[in-house]
Amino acid sequence: MHVRFLSVADFRSYEGADLALSPGVTTLVGLNGEGKTNLVEAIGYVATLSSHRVANDAPLVRFGAERATVRAAVVRDGRESVVELEITSGRANRARLNRSALTRPRDVLGTLRTVLFAPEDLALVKGDPSERRRFLDDLLVQRQPRWAAVRGDYDKIVKQRNALLKSAMPVLSRRGRRGGRRPDQAPVADEAASALHTLDVWNDHLAAVGGQLLYARLRLLRDLQPLLAEAYGQVSAADSEASAVYRSSLHEEAAAALAAGEVPEPDEVRGLILESLARVRDQEIERGVGLVGPHRDDVVLTLGELPAKGYASHGESWSFALALRLASYRLLRHDLGDDPVLILDDVFAELDVGRRDRLADMIADCEQVIITAAVGEDVPDALTGARFHVKHGTVTGEVA
Amino acid sequence: MYEGVVQDLIDELGRLPGVGPKSAQRLAFHLLQADAADVERLTAAITEVKAKVRFCEICGNVAEGQTCRICNDPRRDGSAICVVEEPKDVVAVERTREFRGRYHVLGGAISPLDGIGPDSLRFTELMSRLASGEVREVIIATDPNLEGEATAAYLARLLRSFEDVKVTRLASGLPVGGDLEYADEVTLGRAFEGRKTLT
Repeated sequence: MHVRFLSVADFRSYEGADLALSPGVTTLVGLNGEGKTNLVEAIGYVATLSSHRVANDAPLVRFGAERATVRAAVVRDGRESVVELEITSGRANRARLNRSALTRPRDVLGTLRTVLFAPEDLALVKGDPSERRRFLDDLLVQRQPRWAAVRGDYDKIVKQRNALLKSAMPVLSRRGRRGGRRPDQAPVADEAASALHTLDVWNDHLAAVGGQLLYARLRLLRDLQPLLAEAYGQVSAADSEASAVYRSSLHEEAAAALAAGEVPEPDEVRGLILESLARVRDQEIERGVGLVGPHRDDVVLTLGELPAKGYASHGESWSFALALRLASYRLLRHDLGDDPVLILDDVFAELDVGRRDRLADMIADCEQVIITAAVGEDVPDALTGARFHVKHGTVTGEVA
Repeated sequence: MYEGVVQDLIDELGRLPGVGPKSAQRLAFHLLQADAADVERLTAAITEVKAKVRFCEICGNVAEGQTCRICNDPRRDGSAICVVEEPKDVVAVERTREFRGRYHVLGGAISPLDGIGPDSLRFTELMSRLASGEVREVIIATDPNLEGEATAAYLARLLRSFEDVKVTRLASGLPVGGDLEYADEVTLGRAFEGRKTLT
């Protein structure tokens, strides 16, 4: 698929801008702070209904304006769909697809699919586990939108369960460190018994929904792994192999099996979570916080034998983050039988000449690639295509 | 900000569920302009409802006496109890005219985030109703969201000790008269799980 047309109004620094795009490579050149990234952010927003730079929508609306609008024409298999989004900070977005209003804006998800690499992605390698969990979960949602609901449910369960642990802590620890007997026939009047009972209920919930999420992540990582190794090898031309290993918060034996790349059946995953929860029960009660579940997991990225975090150089980390995105691109391409739009925000400046050229080779066959660069010369000559200059929030075209 | 009493009224109205500051203002000015008699009737209704209406001692539904209309009705089937979260859910189930049994209103759903645990809900009362031995079926009709499901699961655990009581949960699925294509993935997924054999 490709974006044929992008139009923004009151979006970030833009009062209004229109951009006619074509398949192949498009480069946006402009100095820092002139608004290149804002344009690719708008394209990313159409695909995911969220920005890759900020968690809430307020900064997306131009200062002083009431709402921002983004319109994009997406061509897939020769068919054009027009997505129109109205972003109002603090209120729900409004979305239109081919001129008809959608009751649920999230129904536009899937019309446009993008894979976006941005400098912020360095955090995938160097940042907290939450960055890597989000990477996996976002990719899950891109593959199948239904995961957005599972993820939302899971977050709520974790919050409820943590609130319970926190409030029940004094009641339960009063009964001694063992946490008391586990009631199967419950006298509700007994405060501690009823708290344990409630905890069991939330454990079941956590295991059921968390089990689905964990299973999906494991399968995703299994599919992604070979693509990652391949992409990293191609970008860096180095001997050390890039790999991503799931580090689970489940009990030791289970975590070891998962790290070895085993993907149990969904029911087994659920059982493993329940078992782990039972083992840490006393600890959880003592500390008043949940210790087990997909929300405590991580993905360990390694280069050869060494973990990338802490050991990889800046350039290697950059290439690793890039390889994760390129692997996602290839995975989605394989899933859809169609090319997502590849967006490379400011990627070339940080790569050496060899890596630049190899990256150019890798993306030569993509249906549409949108590149931003502060210095036009950073982009290898092999990537010829349309070139736009961005200055003071205006875009002028120049076909190279 | 308005002067004293007007602002007080706006603030009070603004505390009602579903009423934002703008609506509160509109309501307040509507009341200011309305006939004194109309306002009188409204205040009387509010005072009266607080004074007269109580919660049924058996089921927890709203009632004007000690027990509610449904619990008083001898024609209702005492062997089935439908457990709901709120009195308004009783009204919803009543509208179906499908159910001829009695109700039990829990008064909410388990939600640790809001500080609602089992002890703040009317589980104990339900247990003592079941102890009489008359009840053959408990139909759990809590909301089909996370908190409602948790409440249902909790209740199902409690009821394990009553071996001869059948425990059922309302089905989730597609809205009647709707289009399949408009159903969201979660609802459709649930409908798949709970599908029925036709032949």
